[in-house]
Amino acid sequence: MALLSMQNISKTFPGVKALDRVNLDVQKGEIHAVVGENGAGKSTLMKILSGVYAHGDYDGDILFDDKPARFAGISDSEKQGIIIIHQELALVPQLSIAENIFLGNECASNGVIDWRRTNRRTDELLAKVGLVEAPTTKVDNIGVGKQQLVEIAKALSKDVKLLILDEPTAALQENDSRKLLDLMLELKAQGVTCIIISHKLNEVRYVADSVTVIRDGMTVSKLDAKAGLSENEIVRDMVGRDMTHRFPDHKRTPGKMLLEVEDWNVWHPEHAGRQVIRDASFNVRAGEVVGIAGLMGSGRTELAMSIFGRSYGRNISGAVRLNGKPVDVSTVDRAIAAGISYVTEDRKALGLVLDETIRFNTTLANLDGVSSGSVLNRNEETRVAERYRKALAIRTPSVFQKTVNLSGGNQQKVVLAKWLFTAPEVLILDEPTRGIDVGAKYEIYSIINDLAAEGKGVVMISSEMPELLGMCDRIYVMNEGALVGELAVGDASQERIMSLIVNE
Amino acid sequence: MEVAESDTKAAPDVRTKGIGAYISAHLRQYGLLFALIAVMFFFQVVTDGTLLRAVNVTNLLLQNSYIIIMALGMLVVIVSGNIDLSVGSVMGFIGALAAVLIVELDQPVILTILICLVAGGLIGAAQGYWVAYWKIPSFIVTLAGMLVFRGLSLLLLEGQSVGPFPKEFQLIATGFVPDIFPAGLGEWLADLLGARKVNVLALATGIAAAALVVWIGLRQRAQNKAYGIEDEPKSFFIARTTIIAAALIFVMYKLSLFRGLPNVLITMGVLTVIYAFITETTTVGRRIYALGGNQKAAKLSGIKTERLTFLAFANMGVLAAAAGLVFAARLNTATPKAGFALELDVIAAVFIGGASMSGGVGTIIGAVVGAFLMGVLNNGMSIMGIGIDYQQMIKGLVLLAAVIFDVYNKNKQG
Ligand SMILES: Nc1ncnc2c1ncn2[C@@H]1O[C@H](COP(=O)(O)OP(=O)(O)OP(=O)(O)O)[C@@H](O)[C@H]1O
Ligand SMILES: [Mg+2]
Repeated sequence: MALLSMQNISKTFPGVKALDRVNLDVQKGEIHAVVGENGAGKSTLMKILSGVYAHGDYDGDILFDDKPARFAGISDSEKQGIIIIHQELALVPQLSIAENIFLGNECASNGVIDWRRTNRRTDELLAKVGLVEAPTTKVDNIGVGKQQLVEIAKALSKDVKLLILDEPTAALQENDSRKLLDLMLELKAQGVTCIIISHKLNEVRYVADSVTVIRDGMTVSKLDAKAGLSENEIVRDMVGRDMTHRFPDHKRTPGKMLLEVEDWNVWHPEHAGRQVIRDASFNVRAGEVVGIAGLMGSGRTELAMSIFGRSYGRNISGAVRLNGKPVDVSTVDRAIAAGISYVTEDRKALGLVLDETIRFNTTLANLDGVSSGSVLNRNEETRVAERYRKALAIRTPSVFQKTVNLSGGNQQKVVLAKWLFTAPEVLILDEPTRGIDVGAKYEIYSIINDLAAEGKGVVMISSEMPELLGMCDRIYVMNEGALVGELAVGDASQERIMSLIVNE
Repeated sequence: MEVAESDTKAAPDVRTKGIGAYISAHLRQYGLLFALIAVMFFFQVVTDGTLLRAVNVTNLLLQNSYIIIMALGMLVVIVSGNIDLSVGSVMGFIGALAAVLIVELDQPVILTILICLVAGGLIGAAQGYWVAYWKIPSFIVTLAGMLVFRGLSLLLLEGQSVGPFPKEFQLIATGFVPDIFPAGLGEWLADLLGARKVNVLALATGIAAAALVVWIGLRQRAQNKAYGIEDEPKSFFIARTTIIAAALIFVMYKLSLFRGLPNVLITMGVLTVIYAFITETTTVGRRIYALGGNQKAAKLSGIKTERLTFLAFANMGVLAAAAGLVFAARLNTATPKAGFALELDVIAAVFIGGASMSGGVGTIIGAVVGAFLMGVLNNGMSIMGIGIDYQQMIKGLVLLAAVIFDVYNKNKQG
């Protein structure tokens, strides 16, 4: 029996037809996956379903529980039991777990919060999602994986019939992802219907009962996953062609030593006495792609950012040599000038000026490249932005689109464009394919290969081990702030990497 | 796998969308211009034409010159994500300093002006230092500055008014540029236009400025076309450019009927053009917008965010000093109350002009038009004899309306 039926949904933004007569049918009690390329319209569809875009802002009909649904806002859809967990987490970091869960929905009488009841109910909910934390713990102090579980607990605190998860595992480690997916299966057993959006197709296969594929704002197929579905079948419908390889072919012959980092030590910026990076030494040769594997919080981002203009930490010590010569990387502009660039993992907070255009963001780290004597040549800027829009296949009507209006994956590409335009000798990529669709991943891998072929060095930090194994020449393994191992890709496997982490 | 031509599925051309969508996306700019015209029209009617009399137009410009000069600096500060509450006090303090130097210590005018501008820069730098390098919220630092410099002016003037200033100092604010054209031409024009006299320089400047506006507009439009940037509908472009050009000529014509081009207008015009250029087309300007838009991302892009913040305040200090000199010269005396609460007018002008409290958004032209809007309101209401009580209330409501309009617009765009 259908719980939800969205019929002929269309939605237009200025200059963009985001959805074009999309149909989505979800059966009661199933887990339904919505997949599609970046910018296909998945998040937009879910925002319509949850009332973020109110009735009247779109065309088409929604039937929920066989009744027409016309939501004027999120509170309307929540009343009906439709709860959405957005692509970007929406917790308040300064508040506790309990406060977050009952935000706007407090257990209170006459406006006075009943803390005992709040904490007791929070305990119950946390038990349901399998999270062992005190209700009073600040959300700031727990990892992303646990925050994701808090979001779900928050959803369960309301009377949820349909739970929508927009890329819930994008920022999660594999075992955290697995935990979350198992929780979904458990909720399904309790009768909760789920919609999940994900670019990780193995996860889709693992949890989904049926799959709707959206391409360019249109429904292209509805697949039954109960009988088993191969990733290739999904991919074919997603990108509209067969895709046999996930990684572009590459032959690399690493040349001379390019970047050497030696005895790198970093202390925590706030907690003096807490060492974040310990005696880390690594190197990258020209034309080489080097991976850094490790768990969340193992210090990979901190290592990269502390090298890149001391953007993280204090009391930093150690040596950085480029082409055998010591270089000054004490500020970001010096690091860029020296030829080192860093693509952040956090595109919204650290990567983009969201209220500005693609063009603005593309040239931001290399304004000298589009100006003469401090005067910007805006035509040249446009040309540059256009060039990267084409090269990276950024899906947008024009480079004058504000980046806030781009889909998550396309935002990621803009950040990448910004750093490619600085023409670095060494490019450090931090989770470069987070939230990116299979086709676009392939494009990004191709760009990495091109950089290596030009004799540049690439450092790739990633939590997706298949990606490291498929792209790198060497892989360093990081654990608790130290580089605990180094493997040539020929000797590396997921198991060996994991065992290096665990053995420490 | 082959990476297929992803270009083939590019989204529809933006230019195909309707005029309605264009208006709604640019409502703010048109709204501001329209509001200014409407307000002027209103006061022109209710004051029986007094508003646009030559004397009053000249007065209007002189009265608002110091607000506009400070609004330029304030825009930069606000775009960078900060605020400066001290400008009114700093302005008053610099006026007092000038008075003490010239009137009491007999220093030459040029030297005094130099000292004052440097002092303003130092004051701005001192405040900027705490904001930029110590990360003290600008609201607090400049609130402190506001009190400190108000007190210092009192101290410096010993609670008295000091004046008058020598003629050459007064010229800063009350002087007019002499007509360089032969007197015969002016007389001939005056006959032709049925006026008593015409200052040809002022009129010529107006025509030249209008021509410049048209030329820049056309060039910009041609470029936008070439790059497929969403284009203003032709009728809009023509209407907007005609209105602006006509307004320029009209204002200058009015000035030419009175005493010609005020010195301050030249200062103001030149400064406005310079700051518009800096904010829109230089790397420094671009970096300030990035800083205000997302400080962390700006920093990670190699932008020296601290230094920029520091410079924004130092710059504000210099402009506040310039405004202080103009103000003192205009009143021909320095009083301890000079510039009192003026920071609020300046800040209001910038927000009415479309700047955002959270930084990263705003334009010089917007701020200047915003200042004029406030100026016309002040002037019009004064002519009508509306009391200061109502004036304050109306100005407050206008500010609120402008910002509500902004927020509403932003929400609507989703
Ligand atoms: N507020 C907006 N204004 C203009 N365009 C928008 C807006 N929101 C989304 N879009 C556009 O609509 C299209 C669909 O976006 P959406 O976020 O739904 O994609 P998605 O399928 O969720 O992609 P991803 O996998 O990258 O998250 C994109 O082209 C995007 O640029
Ligand atoms: Mg999305």
